[in-house]
Amino acid sequence: MPKTVAARQKGTKEMTKITDLSISRRALLAAGATGAAVLAMPNVLRAQDRSLKVGAYGGYFKDSFDKNVFPEFTTATGIAVESVAEPTGEAWLVQLQQAANAGQAPADVSMISQTSMLKGQATELWAPLDAAKIKNLDALIPAFVNKYPDGRIAGIGAVAWYVTLVSNTDVYKEAPTSWAYLWDASNADKLGLMALVSNSFLLEVTAKTFFGGTNALDTEEGILKAFVKLAELKGNVRLWYRDEAQFEQALKSGEIPMGQYYHDVTGLAIADGFPVRSTFPKEGGILDSGCWALSKASKKVEEAHLFIDFMSQPSIQALVTRKVGTAPTVKRSLTDLTDAEFAAASSEIDPIIPRYDMQVEKADWLNEKWTELIVG
Amino acid sequence: MRREPARGLVQHLPVIFPGLMLTVFFIVPFGTMVAVSFFRRQQGGFYVPDFVLANYARFLTPFFGNVLVFSLYLAIAVAVVSLIIAVPFTYLIARSRRVTQVIWLVALLSILSLSEVIIGFAWSTLLSRTAGITNLLVRVGLMDAPKALVPGFGAVLTGMVYQAMPYAVLVLYPSMVRLDPTLTEAARTLGASPLKAFFTVVLPALRTTLIATLIMAFIFALGSYLLPQILGRPSHWTLSVLITDQALYQSNMPFAAAMAVFLVLVSLALVSLTMFASKKLEA
Repeated sequence: MPKTVAARQKGTKEMTKITDLSISRRALLAAGATGAAVLAMPNVLRAQDRSLKVGAYGGYFKDSFDKNVFPEFTTATGIAVESVAEPTGEAWLVQLQQAANAGQAPADVSMISQTSMLKGQATELWAPLDAAKIKNLDALIPAFVNKYPDGRIAGIGAVAWYVTLVSNTDVYKEAPTSWAYLWDASNADKLGLMALVSNSFLLEVTAKTFFGGTNALDTEEGILKAFVKLAELKGNVRLWYRDEAQFEQALKSGEIPMGQYYHDVTGLAIADGFPVRSTFPKEGGILDSGCWALSKASKKVEEAHLFIDFMSQPSIQALVTRKVGTAPTVKRSLTDLTDAEFAAASSEIDPIIPRYDMQVEKADWLNEKWTELIVG
Repeated sequence: MRREPARGLVQHLPVIFPGLMLTVFFIVPFGTMVAVSFFRRQQGGFYVPDFVLANYARFLTPFFGNVLVFSLYLAIAVAVVSLIIAVPFTYLIARSRRVTQVIWLVALLSILSLSEVIIGFAWSTLLSRTAGITNLLVRVGLMDAPKALVPGFGAVLTGMVYQAMPYAVLVLYPSMVRLDPTLTEAARTLGASPLKAFFTVVLPALRTTLIATLIMAFIFALGSYLLPQILGRPSHWTLSVLITDQALYQSNMPFAAAMAVFLVLVSLALVSLTMFASKKLEA
């Protein structure tokens, strides 16, 4: 996903542009309202009035959705979508929270990461969604329906993406088959891995690869065991990256020939002819996802339900998979995706699902242990 | 000429504006940071006003101590290396023809227009195995096989010195140009070699400027957080990198603020120490 510094900067720039745009749009609507009042055509006005502000990760995601997906929604419902480029990480959560405290919603519906979903739940930031108004609820894979502890629906899966084991085909003639290969002594100083415990999900990978599953992380002893195993990996890592572009470039050139990276972006690099491959190891790829969630400060509850329901249709999920390259959040059997189209974005191998509960509850402790592990 | 102290509102007017700017853009943000450093962190990205010392307590561990020591060491190394390169370089520019001076200064200033990201990526490519300068050395037969020079301490130091150099030259240049040439001439007439004249006459005459340059390069390097990430290994990450991590990725503003306040205090202490020592030396 485009979470690079560049993308973020681009996002901010776009946000300014959009703010400008929305002001002029409001002015335009006001002018239109005056005109309409004179002409007494309230029906036309009401149709134009329906709009929804939707937050999507700035850069590649927002651009793809703007181009391929949002117009479909406007055509089907007559509701205009004003997309807002949201920064990744937790900055957007903090902004939404502060705005909601003041009764404002910078976006009605936003694409929200799983950890941010849980943190927002703690402060009841997400308006509960009405299951009766989301006809496609049953089509969704249950893991992609985000619920409050008491069962109310907090968010609905928007997109899912895989982080897989990637390698340079010039350097590695054979595709690796297991995450365990990262630990192989022959890979000394060759790997590029993500620098944060909260986005690399390497604890989960270690648990599933060596300790039978992510349940091994239920206790602190289990987590510490995973840390010890991860420490063995340190000598193989050349780059702990925060900036995707840095690793992607090194992977393409073979400078850093193996590591973990986004399956979809690697697919784009392959399509551009670079000697790289993305492998779903036998333990599964890391499946991360984002939800559509409605800010409690939003007054567009009706439109938001229509939007979320529309996005959860199998046909629209298939469209997103084809155009954006992410994995569908609805059951595959309901979509008309071909094997090749599905494989380009996903895999039937049981994925590694990050322990978001652990990541949120033990955030500070994990971060401290992690930093000491890789820096120390 | 003796200056009369300013009296009345009208005479003080010229300083009110900068004073106001300083308050709004420096004292208020800094005060906010100090205040936040005592706030209570709530897991989940938010914080509430409070007065707790936990943020500072968490920082006082051998781990963060080591990171702090490394950050100071790196900043000092960058400052010293920049000075060692910038002094003879500026000296030579200052004594060359006007046109040459302008060309060099414009070239140096243009470095300032590059963003840190571009500098980082450029050096990581220049020092890489697949496309880096070692390939040239192999071509001319000085090396057997291309080698990666990045990530590493040398790469971090190179990138940061590259970035700090223009500033060092810009601080040194005015003093070097204004330096009375008769000083060196006198030294030469009295039998000193050019090198000896440089070390015994030019450098001591510029002592204050040299110390100012050193301090500026040091402070500048201390705040760098992008280059250590792009060009270094985790063991070369500075305290500024960890502050960024806490502020941007962990949303732990109180802890980030506490670390930042600590960094400011330590650097202030070091700068005062340097200035005090140089005053002593002069006396």
